[in-house]
Amino acid sequence: MAIFLTESSKVIVQGMTGSEGQKHTARMLASGTAVVGGVNPRKAGTTVDFAVGDRTVEVPVFGTVVDAVASTGADVSVIFVPPAHTKAAVIEAVDAGVPLVVIITEGIPVADTAEFFAYAQAKGVRLIGPNCPGLISPGKSNVGIIPADITGPGPIGLVSKSGTLTYQMMFELRDIGFSTAIGIGGDPIIGTTHIDALAAFEADPETVAIVMIGEIGGDAEERAAAFIAEHVTKPVVGYVAGFTAPEGKTMGHAGAIVSGSSGTAQAKKEALEAAGVRVGKTPSETAELMRALLA
Amino acid sequence: MDLFEFQARDIFEKHGVPVLGGVVATTPEQARAGAEQLLGGKPGVVVVKAQVKAGGRGKAGGVKLARSADEAAEKAAEILGMDIKGHTVHRVMVAAGAQIAEEYYFSVLLDRAERRYLAMASVEGGMEIEQLAVERPEALARVAVDPLVGIDAAKAAEIAATAGFDAEVAPLVAEVFQKLWTVYQAEDATLVEVNPLVRTTDGAIVALDGKVTLDENAGFRHADHAELEDVAAADPLEARAKEKGLNYVKLDGEVGIIGNGAGLVMSTLDVVAYAGESHDGVRPANFLDIGGGASAEVMANGLDIILSDPQVKAVFVNVFGGITACDAVANGIVAALEILGDHATKPLVVRLDGNNVVEGRAILSRAAHPLVTLADTMDGGADAAAALAAARRDAA
Repeated sequence: MAIFLTESSKVIVQGMTGSEGQKHTARMLASGTAVVGGVNPRKAGTTVDFAVGDRTVEVPVFGTVVDAVASTGADVSVIFVPPAHTKAAVIEAVDAGVPLVVIITEGIPVADTAEFFAYAQAKGVRLIGPNCPGLISPGKSNVGIIPADITGPGPIGLVSKSGTLTYQMMFELRDIGFSTAIGIGGDPIIGTTHIDALAAFEADPETVAIVMIGEIGGDAEERAAAFIAEHVTKPVVGYVAGFTAPEGKTMGHAGAIVSGSSGTAQAKKEALEAAGVRVGKTPSETAELMRALLA
Repeated sequence: MDLFEFQARDIFEKHGVPVLGGVVATTPEQARAGAEQLLGGKPGVVVVKAQVKAGGRGKAGGVKLARSADEAAEKAAEILGMDIKGHTVHRVMVAAGAQIAEEYYFSVLLDRAERRYLAMASVEGGMEIEQLAVERPEALARVAVDPLVGIDAAKAAEIAATAGFDAEVAPLVAEVFQKLWTVYQAEDATLVEVNPLVRTTDGAIVALDGKVTLDENAGFRHADHAELEDVAAADPLEARAKEKGLNYVKLDGEVGIIGNGAGLVMSTLDVVAYAGESHDGVRPANFLDIGGGASAEVMANGLDIILSDPQVKAVFVNVFGGITACDAVANGIVAALEILGDHATKPLVVRLDGNNVVEGRAILSRAAHPLVTLADTMDGGADAAAALAAARRDAA
């Protein structure tokens, strides 16, 4: 099972011929992902060769997402195009009927995200990101930029706003393994929320326990806490980053800002604890809580 | 990026939102000239308003009436240099006076939870909106705005009706709501707030104050936004970091921090602060995310900024190599220390894990730089860096 992504997922890459797209397509292929095509209107009809271990995988380039889907039956698109072109790329994927679109690009104007999110939502398409590392169901499929060699399959589901904290937590719990780890992104508007991922993990028979990583800004963690109290029966441990962040300063992620008294790490921790979530003070302590829970 | 009131006023004017005349002054003399210009030799009133990015200016004495150009200069002299909630007043705006009949409130902002926009309006403007929302929530209309539609004539009318504007005023304010939406959309704002929006005694609707936040991610399509930045107010180290394209926030502790990825760096600050609790209360000195490609140059620039902070006593480099390879980071550190030469005088604790970690650690071990210590874990590194910072602070 795992969530959102399985061994049968067929993936196309919008922006595959760019430097980031090419680098990460190679990594996705190496970790076993079925990358079936790339999209670039100027390079339609060509192919790109990727070295995967000791063999070469030839990936066709299509002019449009519609062509790519028609030829390959792709059901996931991952987007690496620059911020100024991301809105058009997402809308193209949605119009082509791709049910899952993962947007890695960082630095997209929030008005563009608000627009393409509304557009995708109306058409029933799930977006993950933007400004996210993507998701991995270890041993099955890996869409985005999460390193595949940190750990393998296992019973833990992980949802996080941050990429490197996702890697850190996978590393801390590498001996146990993960059903799916998903980085939902640090922007103010994101396509898949903590709640969406929690609901999917709750429904996934492979997931036994869940790690939820949050950070300052907004109230997504508070809302996730309320959702956990009502709807999640599986054990959840939590971690929140940004206790030392000062008010009014954006800490790297566009959405990571404490405004007045709202969006503080303390408020998020308290909300999660009130919902019965054990919250670690540090990533390592959080990993220990999970370890104790699964012991 | 938050704008000053005078900048918001200018942007409003550009998009046809009714505003009053206003002149920015940095000296009492300029304020006198501005008032003369606004009064045009006739008797009247001007308002001298402190330009700071903080609420509650009026209560703090940062907004004063003046009945002549001389009085405007006097008031400006009182206000300039004043401290309002930690912000020093460097400029005032001399604004034309208005005969106010009624005060309203309007804002449009991002609704993160619903992933769309939210318009808020009230016929009870003037007071702090947080206070109104708590004390009289029924007086604050909250209307969802679809990002694919925006505030068109129908939505503007809905907002006016929901807020309870009477039939005579509703069409007038609705027209202004649409223009404020134009500001929001055309300028890529994430907040446009007018408090108060007023009706004057002669029936005009005017934005008397304005708060605008612009989306920095949209800078690529607004070449004119760069000049709105308050370069003078930025921390000098933050300004230097920005020039180098580094994501740096100055804090006031003793342990310099370098890491990769916003979440991991935020977490590193927290872990260092916890470690500091057992080391004399030392705290993190900054946030610095070197991002994915930790080249020698990026590392040198980052270290250079952090080592220039006189408060920094020790540095913690915490990298989890996902895409970033630890050997590249290690080479970056070694090269950075060479580039910095004698400028590098503070101890570095380095924790590397992930992609190519064995090579990365080997490179640092071989280099055996006297300032560099390797740590096995994030917690261990934070503790070592906090201990070094505490010891060196005491020695200083």
